[in-house]
Amino acid sequence: MHLVDLDRVSLRYGEDADGTLALQGTTLQVRDGEFVAVVGPSGCGKSTLMKVVTGLWPPTAGAVIVSGRAVTGPLSIAGMAFQNPTLLPWRTTLANVMLPLEIVQPHCSRLRREWAAYLAKARDLLALVGLKGFEGHFPWQLSGGMQQRASLCRALIHDPTLLMLDEPFASLDMFTREELWLVLQDLWLARKPTVILVTHDLREAVFLADRVLVMSARPGRIIAERAVASSRPRKLDITYEPYSVGLVHELREHISAARSGAT
Amino acid sequence: MATTGILDDTPPVRRRKPFLLRRKTLRHILPWVVILGIFLIWEAVVRAFEIEQFVLPAPSAIFASGWQWREPILVNAWQTFMTTAIGFLLAVAVGLLAGIAVGSSTLVYDSFYPALIGFNSIPKVAVVPILVIWFGVGTIPAIITAFLIAFFPILVNVAVGIATVEPELQDVLRALGASRWQVIRKVGLPRSMPYFFASLKIAITFAFVGTIVAETVAANKGIGNLMLVASSRFEVPLAFAGLLVTSVMGIGMYLVCAAIERRMTGWATRGADAMLRGQG
Repeated sequence: MHLVDLDRVSLRYGEDADGTLALQGTTLQVRDGEFVAVVGPSGCGKSTLMKVVTGLWPPTAGAVIVSGRAVTGPLSIAGMAFQNPTLLPWRTTLANVMLPLEIVQPHCSRLRREWAAYLAKARDLLALVGLKGFEGHFPWQLSGGMQQRASLCRALIHDPTLLMLDEPFASLDMFTREELWLVLQDLWLARKPTVILVTHDLREAVFLADRVLVMSARPGRIIAERAVASSRPRKLDITYEPYSVGLVHELREHISAARSGAT
Repeated sequence: MATTGILDDTPPVRRRKPFLLRRKTLRHILPWVVILGIFLIWEAVVRAFEIEQFVLPAPSAIFASGWQWREPILVNAWQTFMTTAIGFLLAVAVGLLAGIAVGSSTLVYDSFYPALIGFNSIPKVAVVPILVIWFGVGTIPAIITAFLIAFFPILVNVAVGIATVEPELQDVLRALGASRWQVIRKVGLPRSMPYFFASLKIAITFAFVGTIVAETVAANKGIGNLMLVASSRFEVPLAFAGLLVTSVMGIGMYLVCAAIERRMTGWATRGADAMLRGQG
């Protein structure tokens, strides 16, 4: 069954015909529990795609169907993490991670009664990404990588069936990034949410995803797709094996073709 | 001497520690030194040029007069303090609520802002006679004047704090399906708190100005009235004593606001705090 189903979706920013056309006739389907990566040249509308799927922006044309229902507004079954960790600076790490619980039903009305259970859950999640002992720290006391880990926890705390990641590791150095790939893989294997990862790092896409989609230059649409057959759990070494390297090269060619097509 | 020079491996930083005049101590002492200095120069100038007491009384004369009239001063100071406090609290309540309303909706912001600016441009002294016509001479016009003069900075600061919330932070909540009110409560309000507390420090001093102005124009109690009566009887040192008491109250309330600010919004001033901790 498809959890996410986009049928010829277009999105134009602004109300008149002069507005930027960010997406045009984008069609894509994501199966339940699948890990999909979306790659493409910069400015191709990847982030717009995220906003359309989660209902933050209504599409100008086409149908967005998530979990069998047409999307009309923000989805509570989705968790999001962005390129910036966007933690609230006045909250501790733990309070930041628990933020979605204060908003999303049914947790919101249960939170006070089952406080201890939710607290334990948040602590477990933080421990899982290696942030044990930092629960009481404020975001500015954490490094960039640690903030991004906390941001991942916040995206997962309310058990979303759909996890939307918008270049979550783009601002981190390579070693931290690779470390977090493993963290993300563990989280995904443990809970099996459906993941849509937007990235411009092809190695990242090939390492993490079951399927990689390539977007064209603006206005964006899906121009190619490749399944990644490597078995799970994957080790970092596989990104240097011929199979992965070949995939990366192939995706790279698609993207440079898309870029030259745009100019 | 030579041996100590070789064996002495204490870093030079350690040596400065016992110094009384270190930066941190200085920061606490200097304000008092400045105030004392002003009084001393003032006293010296008055004595050197033999300035008449009804033109500019010397600090010694002001303190003497203040001590002599301590009872009426205390009674009137209490009146002024209570009037200011009530007007200030009203301003905080109204300024906060109106600030949230104005800041959270561009429509409200655009429609009300010109009117608010116009209203704030009115000199509040000019309003006092009208208030007297409505409410009579007494405490109420003073409370309203303090309120009118103090609520504007609060409103503007809260509105700006909420209106300038980063869209990314809003998206975090909106993506979860949060309502507008939830976004304001979880992000807008906490985010505007540093602005709010900064405005409190301005507003409390403004509120004192409002109260004294109203008391001078139309009241039978309060420091403003005391000063008016004192100067009409050429008791200039007493009038100055009234001024002094007002500044002391102003500084006191300012410090209270600043202390609350530090407690509530430590996250916003972490840079300065961290620097101090690093030094201390």
